[in-house]
Amino acid sequence: MAFQILDVVNFLIVFPFIMAVLVFIQKNASALRNTTIILGGFTIMAAAIYVAVNVLTAPDVSSFVYLKETHLPDKIVIGGEIFLMCLVCFLSIKYKKYYAILFSLAGTIPVLWMDLTGKAVEGNTHIRIDTFAAVMYLIVGVVGILICIYASGYMKDYHHHHIDVQDRSNYFLALMFVFLGAMFGLISSDNLGWIYFFWEITSVCSFLMIGYTRSTEAVDNSFRALWMNLLGGCGFAAGLMVCNMGFSISNLSQVTSTNNKLLIVPVTLFAFAALTKSAQFPFSRWLLGAMVAPTPSSALLHSATMVKIGVYMLIRVSPVMYNTLTGIMITVIGGFTFFAASLLAITVSDGKKVLAYSTISNLGLITACAGTGTPEGVWAAVMLVLFHAVSKSLLFQTVGDIENCMGSRDIEDMHGLIIKLPRLAFIMMIGICGMFMAPFGMLVSKWAALKSFVDSGSVWLVLFLVFGSGSTLFYWAKWLGKICTVIHQSFELEDITPRSELVSIFPLTSLIIIMCFAFPWMSGHMVQPILDEAFHTNIPDVISGSDVIIMMIMVVMVFMLPIGSRFLSLGKNSKMSMSYVAGVNAGDDRHYIDSFGKERALYMSNWYMTDYFGEKKLLWPSIWVAAILVAVMLIVVVGGAI
Amino acid sequence: MIEINFAIKAILYIVLAPLIGGFLSGTDRLFAARMQGRQGPPIVQPFYDVNKLLSKQTTVVNSIQILFVTGYLIMTVFTGALFFAGGDMLLVFFALSMSEVMMVMAAYSTNGPYSTMGAQRELLQMMCYEPMTLLVAIGFYYAHGSFMVSDLIKADTPAILQLPGFFIGFVFILIIKLRKSPFDLSTSHHMHQEMVKGLTTDLSGSNLAFVEIAEWYDTVLMMGIVGMFFITSSPLSRIWALIACAVVFFIETLIDNIFPRVKYITMLKVTWSVILIFAGTNLLILNVLKQF
Repeated sequence: MAFQILDVVNFLIVFPFIMAVLVFIQKNASALRNTTIILGGFTIMAAAIYVAVNVLTAPDVSSFVYLKETHLPDKIVIGGEIFLMCLVCFLSIKYKKYYAILFSLAGTIPVLWMDLTGKAVEGNTHIRIDTFAAVMYLIVGVVGILICIYASGYMKDYHHHHIDVQDRSNYFLALMFVFLGAMFGLISSDNLGWIYFFWEITSVCSFLMIGYTRSTEAVDNSFRALWMNLLGGCGFAAGLMVCNMGFSISNLSQVTSTNNKLLIVPVTLFAFAALTKSAQFPFSRWLLGAMVAPTPSSALLHSATMVKIGVYMLIRVSPVMYNTLTGIMITVIGGFTFFAASLLAITVSDGKKVLAYSTISNLGLITACAGTGTPEGVWAAVMLVLFHAVSKSLLFQTVGDIENCMGSRDIEDMHGLIIKLPRLAFIMMIGICGMFMAPFGMLVSKWAALKSFVDSGSVWLVLFLVFGSGSTLFYWAKWLGKICTVIHQSFELEDITPRSELVSIFPLTSLIIIMCFAFPWMSGHMVQPILDEAFHTNIPDVISGSDVIIMMIMVVMVFMLPIGSRFLSLGKNSKMSMSYVAGVNAGDDRHYIDSFGKERALYMSNWYMTDYFGEKKLLWPSIWVAAILVAVMLIVVVGGAI
Repeated sequence: MIEINFAIKAILYIVLAPLIGGFLSGTDRLFAARMQGRQGPPIVQPFYDVNKLLSKQTTVVNSIQILFVTGYLIMTVFTGALFFAGGDMLLVFFALSMSEVMMVMAAYSTNGPYSTMGAQRELLQMMCYEPMTLLVAIGFYYAHGSFMVSDLIKADTPAILQLPGFFIGFVFILIIKLRKSPFDLSTSHHMHQEMVKGLTTDLSGSNLAFVEIAEWYDTVLMMGIVGMFFITSSPLSRIWALIACAVVFFIETLIDNIFPRVKYITMLKVTWSVILIFAGTNLLILNVLKQF
């Protein structure tokens, strides 16, 4: 082996921080900065893929555990925690949001006390790279880095359009790399204290990114994100202390391998923390507020990093939750979130907001899958994480580009996008199809989720899932329809998408299509080993061979259709006419001549049904219902144990 | 050998389904006419209609319309073939909703006000019946432990005994699926309504004929699923299945002629309630029984 895996892992954790410094010192957007980002980014991506491939092809992954002696890194971790706490305190005082200090102190001080008084359990390995970590490496390394590269071009255009915002793009890009470094650290760590440290970095990082524009709205939203995530951090800290001091357990892998019924208490606390990170109801509002920040941060938070940490933790502890009250409550909260968020997504027309609700909704599904604690549930959860990361980051990036080209990200303004911006429209169509259509990955994973819910007898979840599928279909398809609308006498807009963004968008688009075909291989080589590790048994194939063949046929059909029709020159002999408007079509499908001979404008808006599912009606009740569920879970499980 | 068996069944469906579907459509018109005290067209009238449509010049509003309509036809045929060849029920329903989305996109692409309105209403209709179609697959899985149609038809007892609630729910959403009043919001088969022809307003000639044919295939598929509730391993059960299909089809036509069209929100509330009350309760009971 050319490189030791440990060295590469260390490089992956440390190098993004170095990259952050390198980017930060280059204040203005320049060719040099872009080159730095692209070179550094691809180095990180290559390293991540190298580790992942090595781990995935290794016969025995249990050998990839490292670091018994961690004197120096531990000091860095403690120092880092103190720094984060001080930073939060300083900014809270600066913006007069004193409550954030409370959450920060409550989470950090007890952990520091435990570490410094030597009550923490020592002597275990701190780093562990298993198959699940390798899969997450791929997500963070490929999708996360592509978003960073996208951001380098995007931020220039962003400041071109938003002159009122002070240009601190170096700071923003640096934060993105810090975020990725923290992600690699979190995935690689097995020690709970270290996970907690990286967990807090991501919380603070997302807070800083959301507040980038420093407008009142941005500051408010960023502090909302901060307090919710710090609250989750408190839950994590409590779980960590219970593990260390109550059970003498310092590592995450021990939590799942130790057979002790009382361990459900820290697991519940971790699950609570995961709910805040994954923006499940009642904590969804921070993710909805996060869209005030420039698009790359949304893409990063929604697809490869922030919200995926929550479900990562849930999937890790999933086997422990099997058939427990915690598991049931987590599945119910997840299922409820899936359904409620998909209804809410119907009612909004801001493209980014629809994507935000759809993230919350899909994360709900993943949460629910993990909560069942069955192998099939975990299978579906991991698959959903993979497909969601790729599709969602592509969608966010395209919406960002459309906004840069047209000056709006409202779905109503995307009317006729296929004529105005054909390239972006096609990419967007693939992204949307990837989220809900039949042969594409998300739907296949949903199918497995359905099977797992039926097998584990979670009837309520089945009901949530089938009704949620209906509303999911509605909001995606109407968006797709808006894009597909062909309007006559309309002209192509100038597509000003810079090359650095295309460097990111094209690979992601190809990935969605490749993953359709590679799906059986991914199931066999990436997800099955995770199940074997998590459940220590061999799991039979979740989807049978004949179904895979039929799905392949469907994928081929979907892609053959446009090609075939061009080849056969279908419809070449048809007569062209204008659409029927019950009057005289004025020639462009958007005006008609009424009975008085006047020309009138004609426009068909989409349905939003705000009277029935509007945010005003549905958001707060959903939050309260979910808050009660969370409270019940915490009181019964944690309180019951005391 | 098994693959050849599957292929024969699929080909039989592809050849026979339009014939059966066309006759069903003709019967439907005849029934409706007699209920209204009219003589009605001959039973083969739908074939005449489609034949004429196919021979007419096709007018299109844009070039991608025909792509979506062809996609709709192909996917619908594929879905039915998958079902009758004995494939996976869930996959059948996923493919079905995909074909429907193709049709909706065809209407959306025209930018015509009636087509767009029809497309949105069609999407809402899908949102109404999608939960039930998925639940039907889950119901069969609960009853007989498999999603594969080829396994389900070898059952010892008819599924209807365990799934009466699912059956009621499914017959109910068939009103939407077969485009019957009070839920024919998206196409308005009854003339002189504010929608013109909704979803299909901007289709003509062979495109319209394709949609008609696709709907015949679809009708046969739906009747096949109705039959699934009655089929067991004994050959006699097939007769029961046929009788059930006939009765259900008659009821749908009857409902079509009795009820006036409702508002969309009424449709959403009523269908979701019916699904939740009948199929949901049935599912809960099945789950409780499974525990013992």
